[in-house]
Amino acid sequence: MQTRFQGRVWLFGDDISTDHILSGRYLGSMDPKVYAEHAMEAVDPLFAKKVQPGDILVAANNFGCGSSREQAPVALKTLGVSCVLANTFARIFYRNAINIGFPVIECPGLHAKVRPGDTIHVDLEAGQVTLPNRDAVAFRPIPPNILEILRAGGLVPKLRAELASEPD
Amino acid sequence: MPGMTMAERILAGASRKDFARPGQIVDAYVDLLYMHEMLAMAIKPFEEIGVKKVWDPDRCVVTLDHWVPPPNEQIAKMHQAIREFCWSQGITRFHDIGDHGIIHQLVVERGYVHPGELVIGSDSHTNMAGALGAFAAGIGATETAAVLATGKLWLKVPETLDVRIEGRLASRTGAKDVILKVIQTTGDDGAAYKAVEFHGSAVAAFPMNERFVLSNMTTEMGAKAGMIPADGTTREYLESLGAPYRPIDADPDAVYARTYEIDVDGMGPQVACPSNPANVKPVEEVAGTKIDVAFLGSCTNARIEDLRAAASLLRGGQVARRVRMIVTPASQAIYRLAVREGLAQIFLEAGATFTSSTCGPCFGGHMGVLGPKEVCISSTNRNYPGRMGSPEAQVYLGSPLTVAASALHGEIADPREV
Repeated sequence: MQTRFQGRVWLFGDDISTDHILSGRYLGSMDPKVYAEHAMEAVDPLFAKKVQPGDILVAANNFGCGSSREQAPVALKTLGVSCVLANTFARIFYRNAINIGFPVIECPGLHAKVRPGDTIHVDLEAGQVTLPNRDAVAFRPIPPNILEILRAGGLVPKLRAELASEPD
Repeated sequence: MPGMTMAERILAGASRKDFARPGQIVDAYVDLLYMHEMLAMAIKPFEEIGVKKVWDPDRCVVTLDHWVPPPNEQIAKMHQAIREFCWSQGITRFHDIGDHGIIHQLVVERGYVHPGELVIGSDSHTNMAGALGAFAAGIGATETAAVLATGKLWLKVPETLDVRIEGRLASRTGAKDVILKVIQTTGDDGAAYKAVEFHGSAVAAFPMNERFVLSNMTTEMGAKAGMIPADGTTREYLESLGAPYRPIDADPDAVYARTYEIDVDGMGPQVACPSNPANVKPVEEVAGTKIDVAFLGSCTNARIEDLRAAASLLRGGQVARRVRMIVTPASQAIYRLAVREGLAQIFLEAGATFTSSTCGPCFGGHMGVLGPKEVCISSTNRNYPGRMGSPEAQVYLGSPLTVAASALHGEIADPREV
């Protein structure tokens, strides 16, 4: 599991809902590439075209609020966003992201300290984000049960492994 | 040791423990798992987990609601996949088109939800079932696959907020107005990761249909669950459906993270303005805003009582020129009843449309998608940009009475002045 990320920052504010992240008009598709193509369309119609693999999303409060659509984190992950950091996440989005092996990290205060386009380093094991000016913002370690799911690559691989290793 | 809240007691029971405390991670057995079209996205992960059979098909309920009937071939294929899965897995409580409804409405009106149970739904408005005193929480597609395979999920026991609502509302003011006021007070993440328990004389006075509105929109507070303690009203509702009544109450010395005292005495109708459900103002402050579309629908506010209320204002009247009104009952059962009661006739004669049950317009799916710059007053639960269609559309949220009054006037209107 990748535990260190380095990428360009895309900065978003409070209350970015799953409607912002992936509009309801695309939920009829089962193709993750369709979700990726239309990620964040209501906020920035050019986002999906401009994002480079390895870019990092940084948001303020309540990222991912609203609908439980898993297509929202799938859109960002498929697009190549490596991880999302926010002051706080809405619970279903947080859970959905972890379940698909997409790192989402609660890092209060980071949003106020970065600018769009900054290159930052995220170290999950050290619990630290390093900013362009070498300042660091610490975050609390990811809870062990969540980390287990991320390490396995998501909930499906984790369960698959557990069930395979169970005695019949 | 202090007493437990409803959430703590229910999660203790669901994880076969004597106690549960906020912050604990528990492995909880699910009493009821319910799904709509999201099941189509859960089938592949379910198969990848490697389990052949659903843990307990009799604990599952499935219906189709988001796009009903299917508006295109893609959705038709999705429905086919769901149908085949339910049949092959022996999920007998699969409510296909014609016997369907918006899932949150369907599970409560069929008596599938019982107090004290752990109810998990593949949709964010699963919170609505908490009005029956269940712990009801929403999940996504992969988690749905995991529950289908194992019958369990991990949950962090939440803290509980005590939301006490007191006072007698003004006329033509109801639970939708109250919950909008609550969300304005807490903010749209005021209950993030927490459970909510509703208390107070205003809550006790609400009939079941109004209680569903309160619990439904705890989702818009960020809540993990939104519960109302079971009482005589709950019991009557469940008994009328032949469903069991074994409530789990909070202990008298339960500890709440925070108490909100909300005084609604004399409060009138409220409206959430674009583009956040917490952006709430009294209707007087937005009255006069021109509208293009009035939508009466969704799991939040399209029960028979909501349709009756709207019909009482529309009877003999006409939807304003240059305004479209769409009425979409929350279930086919409500649709049939509305026809039988003559409500459909009232809506149609007033110039509204009357559609079969679906989520449809609420999430911009079909049956009433908004175009650029259209302004809509809706009885639904969310108004983020692009929620009901074009990101340039503007959505106001209000009660069924406010929606009907606004449709008549062609602008947002106070239902007390109709």
